[in-house]
Formats: sequence, C-alpha cells, structure tokens
Amino acid sequence: MTTMTDPPKASFRLSMLVYDTRYRSLTFQALAAVALALSFLYLGSNLINNLRAAGLNISYSFLGAPAGYDINQTLIEYDSQSSNARAAVVGLINTLIVAFLACITATVFGVIAGVLRLSNNWLVSKLMALYVEIFRNIPVLIWIIIIFTIMTAVMPAPRAFRGDEPEASMLFDAIAFTNRGVYIPAPVWGPGSMMVVATFIASIIGIFAYRRYATNLLYATGRLLPTTWPTIALLIVPSVLMFFIMGQPIGLDTPALKGFNFQGGIKVGGPLIALWFALSIYTGAFIAENVRAGIQAVSKGQTEAAAALGLRPRRVMNLVVLPQALRVIIPPLISQYLNITKNSSLAIAVGYADITATLGGITLNQTGRAIECVLLLMLFYLTISLCISAFMNVYNNAIKLKER
Amino acid sequence: MSDLHANSVAFVRTETIPESPPPGVASGPIKWMRENLFATPANTLLTLVAIYMIYLILAPTMPWILNGVWNANSLSECREILNGKSGACFAVLSERWPQLLFGFKYPAEYYWRPTLAFVLLFAAVAPVLFFDLPRKLLVMTALYPFIAFWLIWGGTILVPILALVGCGVGYAVYQRFVASNFAAGFFGGIAAAFIVWSLGGAMIPEGASEAAMLQPVPSRDLGGFMLNMMLGVTCVSLSIPIGIALALGRQSSMPIIKWICVVFIEFIRGVPLITLLFVASVMLSYFFPPDSSVDLFLRVVIMITMFSAAYIAEVIRGGLAALPKGQYEAADSLGLDYAQAMRLIILPQALKISIPGIVNVAVGLFKDTTLVSVISMFDLVGMIRGPILASTEWNGVYWELLGFAALLFFVVCYGISQYSQWLERRLATDHR
Repeated sequence: MTTMTDPPKASFRLSMLVYDTRYRSLTFQALAAVALALSFLYLGSNLINNLRAAGLNISYSFLGAPAGYDINQTLIEYDSQSSNARAAVVGLINTLIVAFLACITATVFGVIAGVLRLSNNWLVSKLMALYVEIFRNIPVLIWIIIIFTIMTAVMPAPRAFRGDEPEASMLFDAIAFTNRGVYIPAPVWGPGSMMVVATFIASIIGIFAYRRYATNLLYATGRLLPTTWPTIALLIVPSVLMFFIMGQPIGLDTPALKGFNFQGGIKVGGPLIALWFALSIYTGAFIAENVRAGIQAVSKGQTEAAAALGLRPRRVMNLVVLPQALRVIIPPLISQYLNITKNSSLAIAVGYADITATLGGITLNQTGRAIECVLLLMLFYLTISLCISAFMNVYNNAIKLKER
Repeated sequence: MSDLHANSVAFVRTETIPESPPPGVASGPIKWMRENLFATPANTLLTLVAIYMIYLILAPTMPWILNGVWNANSLSECREILNGKSGACFAVLSERWPQLLFGFKYPAEYYWRPTLAFVLLFAAVAPVLFFDLPRKLLVMTALYPFIAFWLIWGGTILVPILALVGCGVGYAVYQRFVASNFAAGFFGGIAAAFIVWSLGGAMIPEGASEAAMLQPVPSRDLGGFMLNMMLGVTCVSLSIPIGIALALGRQSSMPIIKWICVVFIEFIRGVPLITLLFVASVMLSYFFPPDSSVDLFLRVVIMITMFSAAYIAEVIRGGLAALPKGQYEAADSLGLDYAQAMRLIILPQALKISIPGIVNVAVGLFKDTTLVSVISMFDLVGMIRGPILASTEWNGVYWELLGFAALLFFVVCYGISQYSQWLERRLATDHR
C-alpha cells in the first residue's frame, strides 16, 4: 500500500526565517538592526546617567559666550571678548590656510622628487629615494616638532639683528628669520594699484585665449605657433608697463627692527611655518611615490609609439605620457590632500591656533563641554573630507577612460 | 684564390691580433660615471648640485656626531667636556635610556618584564611572518598575548590563565559546531568563552593580585617607546579581524548591514585620529556604565583599533574587488555556503592581495601612536617633550633626543616595509 503525501505547501513557515536563504538575510538584518539599536540605547542611557551624576547637560549655549582667550593669528576680527563660536571660526580659517599652503608645497616637493627619482643621474635618484624613505618612515609629529624646534631654538632673536655688525642679517634686506616668526614685506596698495591688478588679470586671460587660438590654429592648419615666449611676455610686460604708467602705485612695507621687535611687514608665526613645512615635506615624500608610480605606469610602448610618430621628447611628455600618468596620479594625490587636512590637526602640538587647538583645545578645557566640542570638531572634519571625496569622485568620472 | 693573394700582397697576418682592452673611458668606473653622473651638461650640473647639498648637510653634522659625548650627567657637564667644540651630547640617551624606553613611572626593578615580553614578541611574530617556520610555533603566537599581558601588567596569573581557558573553550565549541553551521560555531564559541570568563571572574579571590608572583603595575605607569610598541602591536592585531568583518559587511547584499559598515568606515576615515583620541580621553568614559573605571590605555586602544580597522577594511575591500568574479561563481557552483566560500576560497586570495596595503596601514598606525602624547600620555615623544626636556639637567638637548626618536621609528618602519616587499615577491605566484 502506498502512502500519498501532499506536495509541500508554499506557505510561509517560521523556520524558513533561518533555513531559507530567501528570508535568512531578512533575519540577519533585523538582528543587526536590533543589536545596533540596543547598543545605542545602552550607550545613550549610560551617557544620560553619567551626565546626571556629574550634574552636566548637553547644551551648545557656550558657543555664544565670550571665549576669553587671545589667538595670535587671526584673519578675521577677533579679540578675547569674542564668542567661542567666533574663536572656532578663526581656528577653522587657520586650518584651511595651513592645509591649502601645505597642499601646494607638498605637490611641488612631491612632483620634483618623484620626477628626479626617475632621473638617469644615479646620485640624484638615490638622493631622492633617501628623501622618500626617510620622510615616509618617521612620524609626522616628530617632523613637526623638529622644524618647530628649528624655528624657535636655532633662529636668532630679533636683537641679534641690532648693531653695526649684527650676528644675523636679513635676507635681501627684506625677510627676517627670527625665533618669533618670519617677517616678510607686505605690499602697500596705493591709488591706481587696482589698474595694475586688473591688467595682470587681463593678461592671464589673454594668455589662455592665445594658447587656445594656437591650439585651434594647429588643428585647423597644422601651423605651430610658439607658446612659451609669448606666455612669459604676456604675463610680465603689460603689468610692468601699467605699473610704471600709473606711477609705481604698489610699494613694499619691509619689516624693520624697532625697539625689541620687528615692525611692519607681515609676520608669519613659527608654528604656522613648522606645520606648513613639516606637512609639506612629509606628504611630499608620499606624493613623490605616487608620481613615480604614475609615470612608470605608462607603458614604454606609448613613449616609443609617440617617438615613432616623430614627436619631440617634450611633446611626447606633454601629449602622451603626462595625460595618461595624471589619470593614475590624481586620485591618490587627492587622498594625500585629505591626509594633509587631517594631519593639520597636529597643530595643537606646536600651538598653532587651528580648529583643533581653539575649539578642541582651549574652548573645551575652559568650558568643560567635552562632548559638544568633540562632536563639532568631528563634524567639521567630516564635512571637509566628504567635500573632498565628492570632488574626487566627480573628477574621477570626468577623466575615466571612456570605453565603448 | 689564396695563391693569388699570397703572391700579390707582401704581408698577410696569419693569426688574429689579441684583443686589446677597451679604452679606459669606455669601461669600469669611468664609463659608469660618464653614463650615470655626467651624461649631459644638465646632468653634470645636477650631480654637482647634489654633491654640494650632501656636503652642506654632512659638513656640520659629521663632526657633531663624531665628537658626541656619551658620558655626562647634564648638559652643562657635556659642554664642559666639549670645551667649545661642536659635538652632540648623547649622554642624555645613556642617562635617560630606561625612561625613553619604559616611561618614567614604570618601576625600575621590573624593567626585565617588558624587556622579556619584547624578546618573546619576536618568537610570537616569527611564525606569522615567515611561513617556512614549523607550524607548531604558532602555539607560541597563541599564548603570547596572555604571557605579555601578565609580564607587563603583573598581578595574579589567574587572570591571563582564565582568559586563556575561556578562549580555549570557545575555540573547542567553535570546532565542534563549525562543520555543520558556521554561524552556530562562531556565536556558540563566543558565548562559551563569555560564560567561562564570567564564571571564572567570580572565582578569582579578592586581593589575589597583591599576593601575586609579579607585582601589579597600573596602566598609567606605562610609557616610553614601550607604549608605542604596545599600542601598535595590540591595535594592529585587533583591527585585522574587525577590518575583515567590516570589509565583508560593506560588500554584503544586505542593505542594513552594508549601510552600518559604510557609515562606520566613512565616519572614521573622515576624521583625524586626534579627534578620536580626544574622544578616548574626554568623552568615552561617559558611555561606560557609571561604576566602571576603564583606564585611559584601554580607551585609547579601543579608539585606535576602530581607526585602523576602518582603514584595513578599505584595503581588504580593494582585495575583494580585485578578485575575478569567476572565483565567487566557482565557489557558488561547488555548493559552498557563504561562510565556507569566504573562508576557503575568497578570503585567502583577497588577503594575499591586500597584504602590502595592510602593512602600509600598520606602518602608518605605528607612526600615529606618537599622537597619544597630545592627550598627555607619555610615549616616546611625550617623554622627550615632557619630563626629559623639562628637567633642569637636559633642558635644551633637542637634536640628540629627537634624532634618537626619529631613528628608532625609522628602523622599525623601514624594517616592516622591507619585509612587506619581500613578502610581496614571495607571494607572487602568478606568472609574469
């Protein structure tokens, strides 16, 4: 006698939540969500209990209260009676300044070192390899401290510049390296200086227009116009002419020793220089490696093919190698810029008033608002990082190889 | 033909002339220099500039280093010995050597304990780094965390033994169940370990640590280069498994799990390590239960581990993405479930690809452990900037101390990166 069994029903059974792969992922996700919610609840209740026990609360009203401390480098108006929020903004601007400066110089150092490392010259390439290895393998904090120490302990005091035979002298009679900072000449904008600036901007636009015209002419007729000399001439000649026509309106305010210190000019503080220079040479070593890898990533056949087409070495570099190498170099380069921005938070070690030192340092210690300050600080860095990575994604999509 | 030749020509050489050596300019060091140093005028100029720069750097530093004073008790004594000559005062290194290595609070009579732990570290790490060593040495690796913990912190030996037993029981449970179901084995193992720990924790008698063989040393007494090493080793080894889990989670097809991992990774990677250390020093204690006291060292370890786990996760994600899709499909077609496919097919290959990246993260993390000096922990940099440079004897000895710190980090980091390159060559099994 045969027993008839019903075919399995397609209905949902509870065990399918564990054994059926269609539903198991739902179970896992629900478990993960519940676990996450529970841990947040747990941490949150601990936080509330701890705050209550300490008699604290979460409040951002301290941002409006007077900060009560001075900042030695401010671009916007600030004094000790300004609010904590304004101190944070001053710090934010200082962070952006040092990050921007360091990005530029790090790129310059990195490109020079990366290209020179591929040089045929044995000594130079070995020296650059040494530079890269030394700077990559020593913590950036140590570099910042070393350069800060040079700025404060090795540079002469302002009084060393005094007297008929001073121990120290100014570079070109205009730049003074002292242990209080570097004094550089400041431009003085007289009447009519706007015309000079306008001429300069116009000549830069003119350069771009000329180069575009040259390119179009090359593509249309095959005639090759010179670009290097016209560019330099266009850059310099009109502005200089306008400078003298307007009666030399732009002057220089050179720093001079008055009393115990230098007066006039622009003072660039030792902490800023230490941070700027240390971040530049440290990150420059990483960028050098990126540049080297990018140039080596262009296969030799490309160079040979370009040479076979009859291109001169410089045009091979400009038209064939660089465009391909840049595609490899740029993404890691941008993440190095991100690193510079994040590493600039080490300013706190040398007393540069960036946002970590104002909001996360003095404001935090004076008000005791640890949680609020640290959260705001993280939010700020997160915003910058996300902006830079968004930019990077846009750029990556723009230069991606267009494949059919 | 040859007769004709012999008759018409007065002299024919019958044997070849011996080869003369190439001219001196086309061989040996001269040729090498012509090709590599003075090939073109521009090249020559570069060489001369480079030589001048080397001279500029070496001229003041070499006498400074060679005249170094190694035996003195203070900077002024150093200067007396040097008598106006240029010279380094390396005496600070020999006099403050233990402080640089162990911090200024670690009891001097126990220096042998971290030293022994450091020596054992090589024995523990060797079988992980070099595959040719006998596999049985891995037992040492497994035991090392417990031994090192006991040596450095001291206290009763029952604590590390209990931790070890818990791990052992957990592993046994995992082995028992993993064949049938990975999840059951994994979570069962963790649960078993926790049960053993909580049961055993109640059994450790009060005051056992005072009567212990090794006197207990509190975490706040740790310092110097030892602190950098401990943070580096602990955080890297803890963050690798977490990083793998995060990377797998980010690749997962389950949206909730994927987004938890993405948010975590991007958040951590978006903020500087310093802000995370601020969290550890001023904020994290608010999130623990009110009566618990988690010391600063542990809080810092938690934050640095999270930090490096996020970076390692991104490296491993790169490795996972670099695997050809055929590997995933092959695993599926063999009928392996997710855990088996990952364990047996995907991860071994993906991790192999990611090793250079992981080592890079490890080197970066080790360098970043110096940042703890900012939150007033006395690591190597903290010791130099704090107690040593502030002391009356050694106020002003910057270069010797900073140079020493730089050298120490350079040796370790350069060593690790050389190892990584060696490993890359070793593991290159593809045919090129």
